[in-house]
Amino acid sequence: MSTAMQKAGGGVSAAFKKHTLSLYVANKPGVLIRVALVFARRGYNVDSLVVSTSADPDFSTMNIVASGDEKVLDQILKQLNKLVDVVHASDRTNDDVIHRELALIKIHCEPDMRGEVLQLAKALDCDTVDLGDSSVTIEITGPTDKLDSVSRVFERYGVLEMIRTGKVLIARGETITA
Amino acid sequence: MTTTRKTAAQVIVDIIQQEGVEYIFGLPGGAAIPIFDALVDSPIKLVLTRHEQGATHMADGYARATGKPAVVLVTSGPGATNTITGILTAMMDSIPMVIICGQTVTGSLGLDAFQEADVSGISYPVVKHSYLIKDAEDVPRVVREAFYLSRTGRPGPVLIDVPKDVSSALIEPDYNEEFHLPGYRIPGPGDPDAIEEAARLLQKARRPVILSGHGAVISGADKAVRYLAERLQIPVTNTLLGKGSFPETHLLSLGMLGMHGTAYANKALVECDLIMSVGSRWDDRIVGSYATFCPDAVKIHIDIDPAEFGKTLQMDCVIEGDAKHVVEELSAISQPGDTADWLKQIARWKRDFPLKFRKSGKLRAEHAIDEVYRQTNGEAIVTTDVGQHQMWAAQYYLTDHRFQWISSGGAGTMGFGMPAAIGAQFARPDRTVVAIVGDGGFQMTLPELATAVVHKLPLKIIIINNHYLGMVRQWQNLFYDNRLSGVEMQGNPNFVKLAESYGMKGFRVRRSADVKRIIGAALAYSDGPCLVDVEVEKEDNVFPMIPAGASLRDMILEPPRKPMPKPVGST
Repeated sequence: MSTAMQKAGGGVSAAFKKHTLSLYVANKPGVLIRVALVFARRGYNVDSLVVSTSADPDFSTMNIVASGDEKVLDQILKQLNKLVDVVHASDRTNDDVIHRELALIKIHCEPDMRGEVLQLAKALDCDTVDLGDSSVTIEITGPTDKLDSVSRVFERYGVLEMIRTGKVLIARGETITA
Repeated sequence: MTTTRKTAAQVIVDIIQQEGVEYIFGLPGGAAIPIFDALVDSPIKLVLTRHEQGATHMADGYARATGKPAVVLVTSGPGATNTITGILTAMMDSIPMVIICGQTVTGSLGLDAFQEADVSGISYPVVKHSYLIKDAEDVPRVVREAFYLSRTGRPGPVLIDVPKDVSSALIEPDYNEEFHLPGYRIPGPGDPDAIEEAARLLQKARRPVILSGHGAVISGADKAVRYLAERLQIPVTNTLLGKGSFPETHLLSLGMLGMHGTAYANKALVECDLIMSVGSRWDDRIVGSYATFCPDAVKIHIDIDPAEFGKTLQMDCVIEGDAKHVVEELSAISQPGDTADWLKQIARWKRDFPLKFRKSGKLRAEHAIDEVYRQTNGEAIVTTDVGQHQMWAAQYYLTDHRFQWISSGGAGTMGFGMPAAIGAQFARPDRTVVAIVGDGGFQMTLPELATAVVHKLPLKIIIINNHYLGMVRQWQNLFYDNRLSGVEMQGNPNFVKLAESYGMKGFRVRRSADVKRIIGAALAYSDGPCLVDVEVEKEDNVFPMIPAGASLRDMILEPPRKPMPKPVGST
């Protein structure tokens, strides 16, 4: 399998599509484990997971990107909705939503290359957040594919480290997402 | 202020009483002492068991004999982990149960304190819901929520972990605090459009079958199913746990379907053009091969749990709702189709392929079970363990009424039968309760004989003793060239003497000619519990049989002449 295909497939298998799920859950201990167990039991790989307090502090929002068989996903959503602490869970992959992700990328950069790297970062809409003796750390926010392409651009300099927050999403207009 | 302050433990006991619970099944330990202490002043009767697993099965038997939630009370650590098998059993079969566990004090949580186990964490995969209470003020709401969750919607076990400092704390209880369950939804009455669609499909069908499952028992849909079946002239097959949802003595009954179901039920499924499940989840024991199960039949599924729709099979019509209500609505609007030829065909199958066994010669398990059936007029409450005896009991103890058949279906828990019978006898002191168990499973929970003796429960324990873990031996015999491995029950005790040492009556029967007399004597015995050691033919196999994962067409009716390939399905 080529590297490009693996990227497209998201690690588990090229045959599986990535799904973006949104959950609205009670803000209680143990909820995350209960949710994770549903995925684990069906052998579903979680690519990214973001949990944050919602506007109402009694509830949290979870955004999960996962890849696996479509039919199994349908079952997983039903099982998630069955959990007493899950208010609702839905697949937002094909919905009209705004989605964003943030990445911090630490690039290998000797002083003589600094100008070039910083210029590139600026051109790509990145913020420079740290400069080291032989490194530059940039911050980039945007849709997942934008982050993917930016990190590829810097690969030729050497990416020392990258961390991504995982995808968060919100519905457009007055629609309430979760 | 006149509000009385009480310990949280007293509040727990108050709420259990408010819920109408008569018995608590359990075993104490350090972390649970405050709750046991509160029981001293309560009218609720404590049944002290010999092992926590026994307590869960007793509560389970109580719940299945009444439809009401039952309560288990145990201590922390090993006391709580010993309940897990019983909780799984209840979860798989949708049994309302509340399990209360003592826990180490909140300050020691996570510090590997004495008898500490992360019990709520361990419970997650096998409960409907679970709680760890860290604030005593939450006790009244949580305990009320637990009962509500366990008995509503699709019932199931709910576990509450109560640290000792929480149960000891003094609180001013509010017994009416609102529930915090925004994520919990009980399905409504059923979509009228879907019900109409089902009615249309039923009327069009020429070879329809109703598949009646545990959901029909739980929701009390038995009368509604009967009315619908009689009005539309549709035959009914039931699952193992659906026994009692439709009278198995009824002309329209096909009996149990599936792996060890009747030949006529399985033949009907192969030929049917429509199958409608009322509260059955199409599990692998009844479907065999998902790819070849009723491939040409229209499939309708009525269930209270939408997560069951399309889980194993694609459906043509699904109705989410309470089985009783949905079937009543369906009866009200549906018109009979033409099923006369179909019923004639089924009558031929019933005539040509009846269940049968030999009453002469060596003593057969079926003979003993059939005798119990006859002498109790089919009116006993029957519990079973898991294995060959369970399948024979399902085949030969025809069940006509709800709450009469108590067996571990989904989990297949050995050791379930005898303690479940204790729970059932507590629930129904007026009824004959018979535990039909195997010699293997019985030994897994046999210390509970003491519990039965202490309370003088007149239950009858029929041990189908073949000195084998018989169902595994059957598989090894049929599919593994009879290479027996780990199935011989060497070292079985003398069950009659064992009974006597517990201070109860023991009978033994070895010959066919004595079955009638000795079963009769055991059923007539009323001075506490008794057991009958039924020494049966050691190497009998259960038939009919559909090898796991195979198509219903591949059913075998008698011992095969040639070696058979290993089954593709699990267990």
